[in-house]
Amino acid sequence: MDDGRSDTNSKAVSLAALPVGGRGLVAHVRAGDAVGERLLDLGFVPGTPVLVLRRAPLGDPSVYELRGYQLCLRRSEAERIHVRPIP
Amino acid sequence: MTEAALAAATPLRLGLVGSPNGGKTTIFNALTGLRAKVGNYAGVTVERREGETTLAGRRVVVIDLPGTYSLNPIGPDEAVVLRVLSGEIAGVAPPDALVIVADACTLDRSLLLVAQVLRLGLPSCLVLTMIDELVVRGGALDIERLERCLGIPVVGVVGHRGVGVDSLRRLLGRPEGWSRPVLLPPSSAQERAAWAASVLDSVLHERPGRSRITHAIDRIVLHPVAGTLIFAVMMVLFFQLIFAWAQPAMDFLDHAMTATARGLAGMLPAGWLSDLLTQGVIGGVGAVLVFLPQILLLFSLLYLLDDLGYMARAAFVIDRVMGRIGLEGRCFVSLLSSYACAVPGIMATRTIPSPRNRLATILVAPLMTCSARLPVYALLIGAFVPDRSVLGPIGLQGLVLLGLYFVGGFSALCVAAILKKTILAGEGLPFFMELPPYRLPTLRLWLTQVWGSARAFLRRAGTIILSVSVLLWVCLNFPRTEAPPHLKPEAAGRYRIEHSIAGRVGHAIQPAIAPLGFDWKIGVGLVASLAAREVIVSTMAQIYAASDESDSLRDAIVSDVDPATGQRLFTPATVASLLVFFVFALQCTSTLAVMRRETNSWRWPAFAFGYLLALAYGASFATHKIVTALGGG
Repeated sequence: MDDGRSDTNSKAVSLAALPVGGRGLVAHVRAGDAVGERLLDLGFVPGTPVLVLRRAPLGDPSVYELRGYQLCLRRSEAERIHVRPIP
Repeated sequence: MTEAALAAATPLRLGLVGSPNGGKTTIFNALTGLRAKVGNYAGVTVERREGETTLAGRRVVVIDLPGTYSLNPIGPDEAVVLRVLSGEIAGVAPPDALVIVADACTLDRSLLLVAQVLRLGLPSCLVLTMIDELVVRGGALDIERLERCLGIPVVGVVGHRGVGVDSLRRLLGRPEGWSRPVLLPPSSAQERAAWAASVLDSVLHERPGRSRITHAIDRIVLHPVAGTLIFAVMMVLFFQLIFAWAQPAMDFLDHAMTATARGLAGMLPAGWLSDLLTQGVIGGVGAVLVFLPQILLLFSLLYLLDDLGYMARAAFVIDRVMGRIGLEGRCFVSLLSSYACAVPGIMATRTIPSPRNRLATILVAPLMTCSARLPVYALLIGAFVPDRSVLGPIGLQGLVLLGLYFVGGFSALCVAAILKKTILAGEGLPFFMELPPYRLPTLRLWLTQVWGSARAFLRRAGTIILSVSVLLWVCLNFPRTEAPPHLKPEAAGRYRIEHSIAGRVGHAIQPAIAPLGFDWKIGVGLVASLAAREVIVSTMAQIYAASDESDSLRDAIVSDVDPATGQRLFTPATVASLLVFFVFALQCTSTLAVMRRETNSWRWPAFAFGYLLALAYGASFATHKIVTALGGG
């Protein structure tokens, strides 16, 4: 089991900063407004594993895999989601 | 009244709730067949779909609520779902019970919506679709256990093959017997997710893996190079389909209409009634039907690609470009289609979930150079732009045409960007788009959707187009004046048009259009072109008593002189100004009618007509002044 190291040592980064193929656990979502609420409703709840599946040919948006489905988000929305990278 | 009579008098109302791509439409069609009534909720651009059916011997109205991922609404359009559920919309009775439709393969996410719906306290049941795909992807789900966990009835179906539909119909007829949850799911997002995880743990013995076929296709379709190429090919196909391939069917309809008119004219005594029927009414019907080939072809391809799952991928590829002007990937197909014709283009905006993006796309669609402008451009360019080579095979005429196309498209993007920064600014809706697994749609679902679009066009836009066409025909032909007998037959036509309502309007607006370099004859043409842009060509042919609409009309307008000054009427400045006017002006009642249908109000078509007229007037005025100053007056 997790001994707490990932909580202290693995710093949360923005989901947009993860490379293609990178995985992370959602740490927190900048909520408090409608956009944040919607991201939570789409399943970006703390603890949820997310995989960066691919980026569009022009670099934005990106496809993320979470909760058994694939969702496309732009960088601006992905930046509101903070994840702890899983090596 | 007996209980049975009461049940017959007030049908049971069932609301279908679920996320997009969850199979809600398939379930709706399986329950109601082709009897869906499609409309709009008052004040918003959200489509309202209801269908009546009989379930377990009981009359039932099925309400297909707009697809949603959440019951926390962002903006008035999303709030419609909640307002329908709470009975806040006048004239729309709230549902008596709810049917949650969810894709079994995405149960993990769908349970978050299920939790929100259960908290509403209405009798609910859950329909799980795609249970066959779940098995193929290695998933194993215990439906009976899910029923116990949620406390509501759960039915697994394979909607498109009808598996489980019979037991679903039996269940839906008796919501009084549905079990209700003992404990409601939690309300906060974090606790809701924990609740969903615990439900999932006890019912899902095996999680479904990724759809392998989807993954394999996406490796190519979303590949940076191959994907971009496939996108380009698809878009060329779209464009070709409505620009060129619809043409034979449109020509056929045209011939059929002409033949009908001729046949009818032979049976009726000559006179204004015969003319009204054969020219006005049949012409009007033709004006409506001529859009059908384009609409049927566009929507056949659009729904096919959307149901397959490609449209979301196409939007993903082009989103960056559209994002620059404040729109999003899903707006691209509409704008591209509008390059052939704004009518199907505007109808295609229905796939854009953000109301503001959709409205912005609708408002700029008329700027895309539609095919109805081509005859006008061809006439003017052919008559006044010298046919000489600029560089090898590239001719000046072609360059001018290309320039007009470019100006139209470029202005559309600029106006969209301005609209999104001003009157359509900010709605706080984040951009998100699900990429569903590739799935083969059934023929039935596909045909139902295509036919639904065509029927909606005929019913609601067709009636407006027909009436305006007849009205404009009357304006061009009434009051009927007898031309003086000494006039030649061709000149008599001109005489009659000049003394018609349209002719008088042409004269009346001359002071207003004179600064653009237009005389009353162009004025009449502009009035007539309100029916459809290309009508200006046939009207000018009538005014100039030209025997055909190409060579002799071209010669006639080139040599036309102003009787007062003896100067040529079509100076370079006037020609340039008229071309520019057609780039911008919304000279198309059919587009206005479709805008009215899609936005559910006259406000937006009026706004579009107004801003495009102002833009056309300003740009034509400036063009006329500049070309005159350069010596082209």
